[in-house]
Amino acid sequence: MIDFDYARASDIPDAIRQIAADPNAKLIAGGTNLVDLMKYEVVNPTRLIDITHLPLNTIEETASGGLRIGALMPNSDLAYHPLIEKRYPLVSSAILAGASQQLRNMASTGGNLMQRTRCFYFYDIATPCNKRVPGSGCSAINGINRINAILGTSESCIATHPSDLCIALAALDATVHVAGPAGERVIAFTDFHRLPGDTPQIDTNLAPDEIIVAIELPPRGFPENYSYLKIRDRLSYAFALVSVAAAMEIERGRIRDVRIALGGVAHKPWRKVEAEAALRGEAPERKAFTRAAGILLQDAKGYTHNAFKIELARRAIERTLTQAANGTPQMQAIKKIR
Amino acid sequence: MSPSSFPGGLERKSTSRPAEIPVRITVNGQEHRLAIAPWTTLLDVLRDHLDLTGTKKGCDHGQCGACTVLVDGRRIVSCLTLAVIKDGAEVTTVEGLATNGVLHPVQQAFIDHDAFQCGYCTPGQICSSVALIAEGKATTADEIRELMSGNICRCGAYTNIVAAIQQAMASMDGKP
Ligand SMILES: Cc1cc2nc3c(=O)[nH]c(=O)nc-3n(C[C@H](O)[C@H](O)[C@H](O)COP(=O)(O)OP(=O)(O)OC[C@H]3O[C@@H](n4cnc5c(N)ncnc54)[C@H](O)[C@@H]3O)c2cc1C
Ligand code: SF4
Ligand code: FES
Ligand code: FES
Repeated sequence: MIDFDYARASDIPDAIRQIAADPNAKLIAGGTNLVDLMKYEVVNPTRLIDITHLPLNTIEETASGGLRIGALMPNSDLAYHPLIEKRYPLVSSAILAGASQQLRNMASTGGNLMQRTRCFYFYDIATPCNKRVPGSGCSAINGINRINAILGTSESCIATHPSDLCIALAALDATVHVAGPAGERVIAFTDFHRLPGDTPQIDTNLAPDEIIVAIELPPRGFPENYSYLKIRDRLSYAFALVSVAAAMEIERGRIRDVRIALGGVAHKPWRKVEAEAALRGEAPERKAFTRAAGILLQDAKGYTHNAFKIELARRAIERTLTQAANGTPQMQAIKKIR
Repeated sequence: MSPSSFPGGLERKSTSRPAEIPVRITVNGQEHRLAIAPWTTLLDVLRDHLDLTGTKKGCDHGQCGACTVLVDGRRIVSCLTLAVIKDGAEVTTVEGLATNGVLHPVQQAFIDHDAFQCGYCTPGQICSSVALIAEGKATTADEIRELMSGNICRCGAYTNIVAAIQQAMASMDGKP
């Protein structure tokens, strides 16, 4: 770690003022990603702005019947919150599929969105990486790329976004409330993270002088028919190779509405409205699920070590949609996949 | 200025070495007032500043759980926790679990079940187990295993660790 200054933000305007004033500063919340990256000298802020004392750790019901989750709400408290468990169990399930209880106790909702990729080369400062050092090259494209992306990749970067929570939030059409010098604005969840293109160093559409203040969940949480299935190299405490968040509304034996978001396969949570449109009005059966998986994975491209993810994702999508349709969501503690 | 109300905007030039920052941390009931560099982790404060070496450093990157302690009653990994951020916090380490020389039920259960081999992961496993029981989210062996997955044991004592936790849970009847 390099030496840095430490300052505490006294309120939200103060946090914005401090982050806007210093391009080499970073906000720190739970610290579970930032401190790790600072230890590896992947990220080297000269100043940390501690936002942990800001009053952003509440959950409130919105006028429209949704929920507004403060950016500092810890992942564990969010997962076990009675309103989330009851109305948005997909969110609970996705959180509990990630990291460990210790880390979930520390990690904040806002920090989870902002966590960086786990691409091995991003972490290894001895190797070229366009995301870490723009223009230095991508070591993963022709290197060890088992964990890397199969969708939405570019010549510059094939990294994935590692979050589980974000996959559920993308499926549920959450919105991100951010505040900056010009005031507050709202970003649709699927517009929050970016594809790498030729600027893979920029992960999100959050401006450098903005801070996430809240995540809003719309009223519909799909509590009856949902599932979050995470496939990884060990049964717990590992990042996804492929994960699927599925949510469905079934009416008289037909799919009235459906959401599918994929994790572990792209630089952002992967949704494709065409796949969801193809399922609406259909009977919730395997044949239809296979067709939807085909649409989601239509443009998938495998690299040296990760082509297996295409078939794995196809099967995981079918399975997760089946679990959602049957009302038998994947239990995160019981590893058997039904 | 009281250390617990350290205001925003520490005014200094970033060309010189940052000032040491006053921090008040209560560990196992005893209050400590320290002046520490901002990059000092809670783990290093415990081991190097307070000589509480029961808490172990395994990976130093949040991946193994050896450094697990309780902060304000919640289990966290102390290697990814900057101590300055925890100004005013109450920390419990493995050294603080026994009362008047009587081992905590979880400590006793680990001995009864031989729930370790080399012992390096054990302080973290025990602190994590104490929190797991207090959280009350695990009842079955599957749930215990899942909610203890943040504590790696290179010796593979997992089977006995689960048995120890089950014994402690039964003897504590859900009480922390
Ligand atoms: C061993 C390990 C395993 C993990 N496994 C998983 C997993 O399986 N699934 C998963 O989803 N995650 C996993 N994680 C990642 C973890 O979920 C994230 O590190 C965590 O959510 C980040 O939140 P934080 O509050 O600690 O962020 P910090 O580390 O404090 O910050 C991360 C970034 O977010 C920025 N930031 C924080 N808050 C805000 C805000 N309000 N506005 C703007 N910017 C902000 C910071 O400036 C920083 O750049 C794992 C982490 C570790 C160490
Ligand atoms: S995939 Fe992206 S993060 Fe990984 S080495 Fe290439 S540029 Fe870096
Ligand atoms: S030393 Fe902290 S998790 Fe390994
Ligand atoms: S007892 Fe040796 S690592 Fe767990």
